[in-house]
Amino acid sequence: MSELEIKKLSNKDFVSDQEIKWCPGCGDYAILRAMQKALPQLETNKEDYVFIAGIGCSSRFPYYMNTYGFHTIHGRAPAIATGVKLANPKLKVWQITGDGDALAIGGNHFIHALRRNIDINIILFNNEIYGLTKGQFSPTSATGIKTKSNPHGTTDNPFIPAKLALGAGSTFIARVPDTNPKAMQKIFLDAETHRGTSLIEVLQNCVIFNDKTHGDITGKDVKHDMQLWLEDGKAMIFGREMNKGIVLNGLKLAVVTIGEDGITEDDILVHNAQEENITLHMMLATMRAPNFPVAMGVIRKVKTMTFDEGLISQLEHNIKTTKFKSSDDLFNSGATWEV
Amino acid sequence: MIIICTFVSDIYIINTMNKDTKVIDLEKVVIKFAGDSGDGMQLTGSQFTETSALLGNDLATFPDFPAEIRAPLGTVAGVSGFQVHIGNTEINTPGDIADVLVAMNPAALKANKNWIKKGGTIIINSDSFAKKDLDKAGYENNPLEDGSFSGFNIVEAPIANLTQETLKDSGLDGKSIRRAKNMFALGMVYWMFNRPMERTKKFLQDKFESKPLVVESNIKVLHAGYNFANTIEALPSSYTVTKAKIENGTYRNIMGNQATAWGFIAAAEKANKQLFLGSYPITPASDILHELAKHKNLGVKTFQAEDEIAAICSAIGASFAGDLAITTTSGPGLALKGEALGLAMITELPLVVIDVQRGGPSTGLPTKTEQSDLFQAMYGRNGESPVIVLAASTPSNCFDWAFEASRLALEHNTPVVLLSDGYLGNGAGPWKIRSVKDLPDITPFVAKEGEEWQSYARDTQKLARKHALPGTKGLEHRVGGLEKEDITGNVSYEPENHEKMCFLRAEKVERVADFISKQEIYGDESGDLLVIGWGGTYGSLYTAVKELREEGKKVSLAHFNYINPLPKNTAEIFKNFKNIVVCELNNGQFVDLLKSKHDTFQFKQFNHIQGLPFKTTDLKEHFNTLIS
Repeated sequence: MSELEIKKLSNKDFVSDQEIKWCPGCGDYAILRAMQKALPQLETNKEDYVFIAGIGCSSRFPYYMNTYGFHTIHGRAPAIATGVKLANPKLKVWQITGDGDALAIGGNHFIHALRRNIDINIILFNNEIYGLTKGQFSPTSATGIKTKSNPHGTTDNPFIPAKLALGAGSTFIARVPDTNPKAMQKIFLDAETHRGTSLIEVLQNCVIFNDKTHGDITGKDVKHDMQLWLEDGKAMIFGREMNKGIVLNGLKLAVVTIGEDGITEDDILVHNAQEENITLHMMLATMRAPNFPVAMGVIRKVKTMTFDEGLISQLEHNIKTTKFKSSDDLFNSGATWEV
Repeated sequence: MIIICTFVSDIYIINTMNKDTKVIDLEKVVIKFAGDSGDGMQLTGSQFTETSALLGNDLATFPDFPAEIRAPLGTVAGVSGFQVHIGNTEINTPGDIADVLVAMNPAALKANKNWIKKGGTIIINSDSFAKKDLDKAGYENNPLEDGSFSGFNIVEAPIANLTQETLKDSGLDGKSIRRAKNMFALGMVYWMFNRPMERTKKFLQDKFESKPLVVESNIKVLHAGYNFANTIEALPSSYTVTKAKIENGTYRNIMGNQATAWGFIAAAEKANKQLFLGSYPITPASDILHELAKHKNLGVKTFQAEDEIAAICSAIGASFAGDLAITTTSGPGLALKGEALGLAMITELPLVVIDVQRGGPSTGLPTKTEQSDLFQAMYGRNGESPVIVLAASTPSNCFDWAFEASRLALEHNTPVVLLSDGYLGNGAGPWKIRSVKDLPDITPFVAKEGEEWQSYARDTQKLARKHALPGTKGLEHRVGGLEKEDITGNVSYEPENHEKMCFLRAEKVERVADFISKQEIYGDESGDLLVIGWGGTYGSLYTAVKELREEGKKVSLAHFNYINPLPKNTAEIFKNFKNIVVCELNNGQFVDLLKSKHDTFQFKQFNHIQGLPFKTTDLKEHFNTLIS
């Protein structure tokens, strides 16, 4: 892109004229602001962004972005985003979803988008509850949680979104808490430059129906010990004193303390987000508090062909090599006769 | 006879010894090929059809196959049939019942025993009438010996053995030899109707290009069948059907689903858009997906989605981003698409949903035809959600209605449901090839960069809102399933606004009537009986009405393709008839629609729900009772 064409955009350019209707204190605000700050850092024209959402609190997001947007129906946003991308591959397509929208009613579309690896970005706002319908448990709610729809406590096992995504063949998986706006911005930019389906799980707080559900991970007092920030090529070290690390002990991960039992920095696992084999990524994705820190940052980022690239290259090849230049050539091909 | 065919070289000698058979001219004839679903009857029928088409016959075909891909061999459940009606006169249906039946086994004979004309010719593969074959078909006695078919001209041919003999030195494996027997049957029918074999030879050469042995063997068997028919005494005459008098032009044979696919390809070219199909396989609509998937060379994008809902949603996304977007399905799939169709409707995006109807409800009769999705197309959504509904009425005019559905969707920015059915989709007939330049223009209603635009401002005539495509600078906006404020497109819960928007959306669809052609009538504009039909029953209704008119009866036909909105002159047409009968392959859906819109008329109804097309004879009989 030439310099003349670039009019530097600011975060205000991405703010729409619509009044925001999320509850005061909702984690969604931080995600929206992070997005509005991240996008001006890219060289894409504003009109080339499309935000597509399903149904739920998070899915109102497109109304607040001053870009093209489509607030669709419950669970189906990945399919609509797929159509948008295939119709016009130069568009940058973002899908906004929640734990109910993506993993319950829209589970099928979610896994198939990841499987195909179409070049869209999915932000999954995971607050482990249904907010818009006023507080029923979701597919990510912890077992035993008491809600209106299960007053005696759920007996459901929750999904771990990143684990499901790895099984579905996801090529980009990141996790970030809504309490860390800088990290959100960085991950949004990383996802946008990744070719393929990028999944970003934001641990988002619902102040009304599930307040502090991520508190044991995001609380100021615990966050250093309960969050492992992964960086490609860097050792997996965490903790308030930055003296704890992750090692592989047999076929399992273990938390160790550097300086104890002869452990040195060299013993700590080094993160490789680009590793195709999912085994270690799966172990990282499924680490749970309180025995393990929760993995944050980019867990996986591997390059393979995207669905849209495949389709476009087939189209180009067929158009280039065909004898048919128009519909008329097709209609007159094969067996015809004159009357 | 067997001796003659033992040596392949002899066959050609026999060919030169044409016995003195007289050739009888027929006006029209109905032939049905039936066998196990693995016997290649569809291919045999299609070859006979193509050859006849190239000779200039008018024709119509209908395949009749089981839902199971390979039901147990030799059972009635596994019988696959292909019926073709050829004529030197106008042909509009595949024919009520067959003049000639080719039955490759007892099950095929049993399945078709009521669908062959008394005194008709039945060609039997006599090698498949052993005790075990009769058992599988559920025959206690051999029907050829117990008098069941005494009034018919039965031609027993040892097709399997003769095929085996013909190819015994060919080097072809046993399985391929057994599979070649359909060519023997085809050869016999070619002789019987005096057809050249060149088209089928060319077909075999193209299809098995890399397998010359298969090509050579099949051609040998085709010749063997032809010569066998020439030689045996059982077929005293050879028939011919001369060219039909049809409009000048270049023709090709086309199946309904193929014509549908091509109509969309033409519409995309005319609208200067790329065509996007989001689809999930479903009988009997899948052939539209198959056909369009072949044409990436014309820029066609096909997306086989994970389910019916994703199929329509991907199309809605593609429409939002600027493609001519369509989705294909059948009844159960349309049920799943309902919510998304409502989204396309409230966001006022162009979209065509093709429902190739089959027998319902639920899974119903997947391979059979019916017209029972009309209510679903009209009303199968939550809220006040009117859409345009059209119906194709012949296999070849599926092209025109696919084109028209695209035109209305793109120019009025609204979803269109196009109803086809299994009978149209799988049926075939000659199609006068269209030239894209002669088709009507299509002007998508889209906003351009720099123009003054609001997302829900409307065109004063059509009431359509103009869509702005993502990527257009300065027109960034949001749409969605929540109710929108008139003109601005902002989310609105305002009671008066909601009511206004419901009225506007309904009025927008009603106003389509200003932009479509008037309803035509076949026959006089007044009389004793007006027959009303819609969609795929056209051929049978037209033929019945035409025959009654030839007998001097005052009967006319109004066959509808525009279902919602109805053409503006609909009531005008109804006024001048003493009786009106609405004929449908359902329990009376269009008649209910007509009653609700035009309640001053008395509508009688005639309905069949058997998964089969109307028989012309049944229609005539019923119409006669109404006018006598």
